[in-house]
Amino acid sequence: MSGSVIRTIGLKRDYPMGGEVVHALRGVDLEILPNEFVAIMGPSGSGKSTLMNLIGCLDTPTAGQYWLAGTEVSRMTDDELARVRNRQIGFVFQTFNLLPRATSLHNVELPLIYAGLPARERRRRAVEALASVGLGDRMDHKPAELSGGQRQRVAIARALVTEPSIILADEPTGNLDSTTSEEIMKIFEELYRGRGQTIVMVTHEADIARHAARVITLHDGVVSSDKRQAA
Amino acid sequence: MPILEAIRLAFGTIRAQKLKSFFSLIGAFIGVMFLIAVVSIVKGMDRYVQEDFAAKIFGINTFSVSRRPGFHAGEVSQALRRAWARRPQLYWDDYHAIRAALPPQDLVAIQSSNQAEGQAGAKTSSFLQVSGVSQDFFQIRDYEIADGRVFSPEEISHGVNVVVIGRDVADSFFTGQDPVGQTLRIAGFPYTVIGVVQKQGTVFGISLDRFALAPYTSPIKTVVNPRKVVDEIIVKAPTLAGMRDAMDQVEAVMRTRHHLRPYQDDDFSLTTQQDVLSFWAKISRVLYTALPLLVGVSLVVGGIVIMNIMLMAVAERTREIGIRKSLGARRRDILAQFLVESATLSTTGAVLGILAGLALARIVQAVSPLPMGVSPLSIVIGVALGVGVGMIAGVYPANRAAKLDPVVALRYE
Repeated sequence: MSGSVIRTIGLKRDYPMGGEVVHALRGVDLEILPNEFVAIMGPSGSGKSTLMNLIGCLDTPTAGQYWLAGTEVSRMTDDELARVRNRQIGFVFQTFNLLPRATSLHNVELPLIYAGLPARERRRRAVEALASVGLGDRMDHKPAELSGGQRQRVAIARALVTEPSIILADEPTGNLDSTTSEEIMKIFEELYRGRGQTIVMVTHEADIARHAARVITLHDGVVSSDKRQAA
Repeated sequence: MPILEAIRLAFGTIRAQKLKSFFSLIGAFIGVMFLIAVVSIVKGMDRYVQEDFAAKIFGINTFSVSRRPGFHAGEVSQALRRAWARRPQLYWDDYHAIRAALPPQDLVAIQSSNQAEGQAGAKTSSFLQVSGVSQDFFQIRDYEIADGRVFSPEEISHGVNVVVIGRDVADSFFTGQDPVGQTLRIAGFPYTVIGVVQKQGTVFGISLDRFALAPYTSPIKTVVNPRKVVDEIIVKAPTLAGMRDAMDQVEAVMRTRHHLRPYQDDDFSLTTQQDVLSFWAKISRVLYTALPLLVGVSLVVGGIVIMNIMLMAVAERTREIGIRKSLGARRRDILAQFLVESATLSTTGAVLGILAGLALARIVQAVSPLPMGVSPLSIVIGVALGVGVGMIAGVYPANRAAKLDPVVALRYE
C-alpha cells in the first residue's frame, strides 16, 4: 500500500432514507498514485459526490477501508479526521466557499490558523500562495469585490497553502464561464506538471475532464471505467 | 485556535452585525449597570450616614435623653405610640440633676426647639427654627463662632434676650450688614444678635445653618416649651467608655427621679448615634437583599436573549461552520469560537454597563448631596457576571455548532 496517495478497498456508503436504505457506494476499489491528475465522472446519482466526501474525509464509510498517504483514515474519530483534512487535503469547491466577511489573505490563512502556525509564518505562506495564483495585488479584497475566476483562484491558494497530499476539486468550474474555466484548468495543469501536485477532480463536463491524465467513471455506486489519456 | 484569534474574530462579527449585537448585549448591560449604580449609591449613602450625617446631626460619643426615642427602627404600633404619650415630661430640674451627677469633663446641655416668626427690619420669615439652649450646647455641637461671641453664664442665669444665629439666618435677615448688635424679633419679642456660627453645610440637601439659639432661660421659653419643660438633654463624653458610663449614670438618675421600681421599664429614652446607624443599616440591608434579585433577573433575561441570538447566528452561519470544518477546524475549535463570541458579547455589555452605572452614580452625586462610593469589588463582579452569563448562554448554541456534520453544513443554503 505504500506509494499510493489514495487507496480504497471495497468502500461502501449507505444512507438511511425514510424506511429504506440507499446504497450510494456499493464497493469502490481505487488506487491513486502521487503526481496523478484524476477526473472522477459520472451522471448524477452515480455516487461521485459521496466518493468525494469520503476521499475528502468529510464523511466515513459504512464498510471498507480507506488509506490516505499510508494511514488508514476510515476508522478515525471526528477530531482526527479534522486534523487529516487540515494537513493532507486541499478543497476547491464549485461555490468557492470563501468566508464572505474575510479578505483574500485571511481566507487563505484560515487553514494555517487551525494548524496552529504563528501569525508571521501564516502571513508569509498565505502571501506566497496568493502570489502563485496571480492574486498578489488582491490580498485585501473581500470575495464580493472579486470576479468568479478570482474567487476560485483564492480558493485554490487556500487549498495549496498547507501543502496537502491531494487537492480535491468538486466541480471547480461549475459556476464559471468557459473562458474563466479554461484559466482555472490551466492553473490545475500547472500545479500538476510544474509542482507534481496530486489532483482529484469531480466533474460531469467532458471538456473539463479532458485536462486530467486519468478519468474514472462511476455508475450506480461502482467504478465502471478507468482510463488513462494523453492530456 | 488561539484565544486571542477567537476574540478578534468575535469582535469582527460584533462589528459586522451592530444592531443584533446591541440587542444581545443589552441584558448584560442593564443588569451590570444596575449592580454598579445601586452599589455605588448605597455605598455612598452608607459613607454619608456614617461619616457625615450621624456626626453632624449627633456628634461623636454623644447621646440624648428625651421622652420619646429619636429614631426607632421598625414599625411603631398604636399601643407603643400611646405608651410614649403617657410618659412624663423632662424638666429643667432633670437637667440640673444630670449635670450634678456626671463628672465635670462630660458636657451636658438642654435643647428645646420650635418654629417661630422671625423679623428684622423689612424682612419677615414665619419658619425660623429657634431653640432654647444652655451653655455647653455650642461645645457639644462643635460650633465655631464666626462673628461675635456665645452667651455668657450671666446671660443664661438672668435669661437675657440675646441670640446666636446660623449663617443662613444672618444672610437672609441682615443682607450686606454686620448682624452682630442688630435686633432680631422672634415671635414679636426683640433679641440682640451677639454671634454668628460658622457655616455648617447641608445634610441630604437641607441646610444646617438656619437656626437661632437663645438662652433657655430667656423669653424664648414661651415659644419653645412652656413651664420649664425640656425637649431633650444632650450629653457628650470625651470617650466612648465615658459615654457608656454617663448613660448608666443618667439612667439611674432618671429612674430615681421618676420613682421607677426595678421591674418597671424606663419611661424615657436614651438615643445614641449608634441608633441612627442601625436604623440606616436596616434600610441598606433591604437594598442589598433586593439588589441580587434585580441583577439576577436582568442577567437571566440577558442570557436568554444571548442564547437566542447565538442560536440564530449558528443557523445563519452553518455554511461558515462547514467551511471551517473542511479546512481542519475540530469540534473544540468551533465550540471555542462560539463560546468566545457569546462571552465577548456579554462582557462588552457588562463593561458598557459598568461605565453607564458609574455615570449614573455620578449624576446622582451631582444632583444630590450624596457622595459616590465606587466599589472595586462590584466592578470585578460585574465583569465576572458578564463573562459567566455569556459562557453559560453560549454553551448550548456552541455545542450545536460544534456537532454539525461537515457534509450537511457545506451544502446548507
